Amino acid sequence: MTLADLAPAERAILESIGGDRPFRRRLMELGFVPGTAVELRKVAPLGDPLEFAVRGCKVSIRRREAAAVAVERTERRR
Amino acid sequence: MSETPSKDAAPLLALVGNPNTGKTTLFNRLTGANARVGNYPGITVERTVGRMALGDGRHADLVDVPGTYSLAARSVEEQIAIDALIGRHGVPAPDLAIIIADASNLERNLYFALQVLELGRPAVIALNMIDAAAAAGVRIDVERLSATLGVPVVPVIATQPRTLDDLRAAVNEALASRPRATEWVWTPSPGLKADLEAIDEALDGAVPAGADPQLRQAVGLWALMSIDADDELTDAPADLRLRVLDRLQRASEAGRDIDGEAIAARYAWIDRHAADWITREEVPESWTEKVDRVLLNPVAGFAVFIGLMFLLFQALFAWSDPFITLIEDGFGWLAGWTTATLPEGLFTDFLVGALIGGVGNVLVFLPQILLLFLFIAIMEDSGYMARAAFLMDRIMNRIGLHGRAFVPMLSAYACAVPAIMATRTMERRRDRFLTMMVLPLTTCSARLPVYTLIIGAVIPASYVAGVFNVQSLTMVALYFFGIVMALLAAAVLGRTVLKGPRVPLLLELPPYRLPDPRSVTRLVLSRGRVFVSEAGTVILVCTAILWGLLTFPQTTPEIDALSAERTRIELEQGPGAPSIERLESQITSEQLRQSYAGRMGRAIEPVIEPLGYDWKIGVAIIGAFAAREVFVGTLGVVYSVGEVDEDNPGLRAAIREEKTALGKPRYTPLMGLSLLVFFALACQCMSTLAAVKRETRSYRWPLLMFVYMTALAWVAAFVVYQGGRLLGFA
Repeated sequence: MTLADLAPAERAILESIGGDRPFRRRLMELGFVPGTAVELRKVAPLGDPLEFAVRGCKVSIRRREAAAVAVERTERRR
Repeated sequence: MSETPSKDAAPLLALVGNPNTGKTTLFNRLTGANARVGNYPGITVERTVGRMALGDGRHADLVDVPGTYSLAARSVEEQIAIDALIGRHGVPAPDLAIIIADASNLERNLYFALQVLELGRPAVIALNMIDAAAAAGVRIDVERLSATLGVPVVPVIATQPRTLDDLRAAVNEALASRPRATEWVWTPSPGLKADLEAIDEALDGAVPAGADPQLRQAVGLWALMSIDADDELTDAPADLRLRVLDRLQRASEAGRDIDGEAIAARYAWIDRHAADWITREEVPESWTEKVDRVLLNPVAGFAVFIGLMFLLFQALFAWSDPFITLIEDGFGWLAGWTTATLPEGLFTDFLVGALIGGVGNVLVFLPQILLLFLFIAIMEDSGYMARAAFLMDRIMNRIGLHGRAFVPMLSAYACAVPAIMATRTMERRRDRFLTMMVLPLTTCSARLPVYTLIIGAVIPASYVAGVFNVQSLTMVALYFFGIVMALLAAAVLGRTVLKGPRVPLLLELPPYRLPDPRSVTRLVLSRGRVFVSEAGTVILVCTAILWGLLTFPQTTPEIDALSAERTRIELEQGPGAPSIERLESQITSEQLRQSYAGRMGRAIEPVIEPLGYDWKIGVAIIGAFAAREVFVGTLGVVYSVGEVDEDNPGLRAAIREEKTALGKPRYTPLMGLSLLVFFALACQCMSTLAAVKRETRSYRWPLLMFVYMTALAWVAAFVVYQGGRLLGFA
């Protein structure tokens, strides 16, 4: 599954980051490194973009790019 | 470089850090109101330098380096951060880096800090937003953080002078002790080590002279992470580029990921130590989250957004109006006074028409520019702008524009000039340029007098279905036409001239905070100053040139004959004779006909004839280049009606009575429509072009804008006029 498949407040572990090099690099530099926990925090009212949190740092990306990031679901936050 | 190192050899400090960390606010608080704005060599990024007191009577020069998440760069603009840290490409090297870090996003900010420390630069870390972090349940052990990093860490709150004094003291001390990272020493993996060795020889052109091995290695890693097949870096030595591409190729064949290795190493180090510095506890919903539940709500969020945009619209149209009128009246009074006081003649004409008129043409934009930037500064500083982009991204992305393009697009309804300056809120060059290129197609307020005149004169005031006035419908249709054409142009330009890799959105929703009045004031004033000094010069020169075209030559046999006639009547019937006024108007029309602009109007007649226009309209179109509304006044002169505005019944009558060579009315409803379409699309505004020239720092883009819009206008007017005739209208 990918980041785009998460539901709000759902958590997952990053597996691999896809997309072209500049985006991939930038996303990793923002902390989206494989093995790290990620949480979907907000979905924009029109369904895009999505806000994620990694290590407590938040960033919003579009669904389309989120779909290039493979994750493994872990848990649901209460 | 725009600044040379100051003669008193004040130390040079670079303020660097992530975006949205309050960097510019801190900069403003540290430097007071004395910043100088220059430019980095060859690009559109501003270099702001201010004098920062060091607390012991000495001062340092502080450079506000554009915020970035990383030193790795894909474009010349992004490359500024590393250039400003190591001193490259004409940018001087700082004595010390002040790294601002946002405590509520500490790990990510430290990732950037580590890159700066890898360069071997002496540094001090200013830990900002401790208060916001605490509210979110994040506590940071500053001393342990400082001990692990090996450089001083100073908690700051930009609005608390005491914390700024701590920072000044730490900087002052660090200038002497030059603290560098101790614990964090980046050691390349065996694979990266081989990559670095392979490109080392080619690094000389990319590393500043006298660089130590540590800096050399860091620049090597920078090159490996920045250069690729389609980057936009222009300064990378060719040999280095070849070698990096070769290493990237090999790495990918071996299934290695150079970026991932380097990035993961930094984060692994941060993660290993983070538990020593940071404690996070679950807290009840923060203030920002509560506000977001309203402002990002599908209903309330859009309601607030639309309300704010309405407010902006209101400000640009209504609130700016008294100021604009004041400026116009002021300059009108000055022009009148000058004409009355100075002896009649060419010099007075020049003073009034070119100089006073030109300065007025520049200053009249200020109320809207200042109001728009006041609005933008408050939206940016409060954190709302990011929310607006979050709400609007989906829609804007669908039409190929950046999520932040809506403020410039909306402002363009008032005037394209401030709107073009507002494109700066977008980080990427392509987004800025694309928005800038299509903005002038939206219906700005300068088109209204032209629309009013033409619609009033030639569009029938009848009703459709008993309720819809055709004149009003035409006006509404023109507004729609403008925005539709702007969106079409964006789609076409975005796939052709401004084609580029689709760059993904990365957006941060920072915590809400009260806008800092100082930062807001500074931004607003600096925008106004930049406009007056840079775009203003171009506008002034263009006004003078247009004045010359409309004024010279002063005498021709035809004009002389009319003047002689006037003198004769004056002698015979006295100066108050009724026919003198008519003769005066005729002389003015004849002067315009004989002027260079008049000749140009006649020269372009064959080109505009298929659109239904004659040379008289041609002259007015040329005159309208100063500003669209000038069209009305010029028509008044051409038709010998005298000084008029768009509601003048005399001018409307003159237009209705104007005949073609065949004796048919010149202005048919069809020709009026063709003229309206032409005005909706043509790039007839030198101030817009001057603003584009200022923002793109090139003549290429304003030229392209002029050509594409004018060509589009011609084709559309042609289709309307000739198509209409084929269909049997008029």
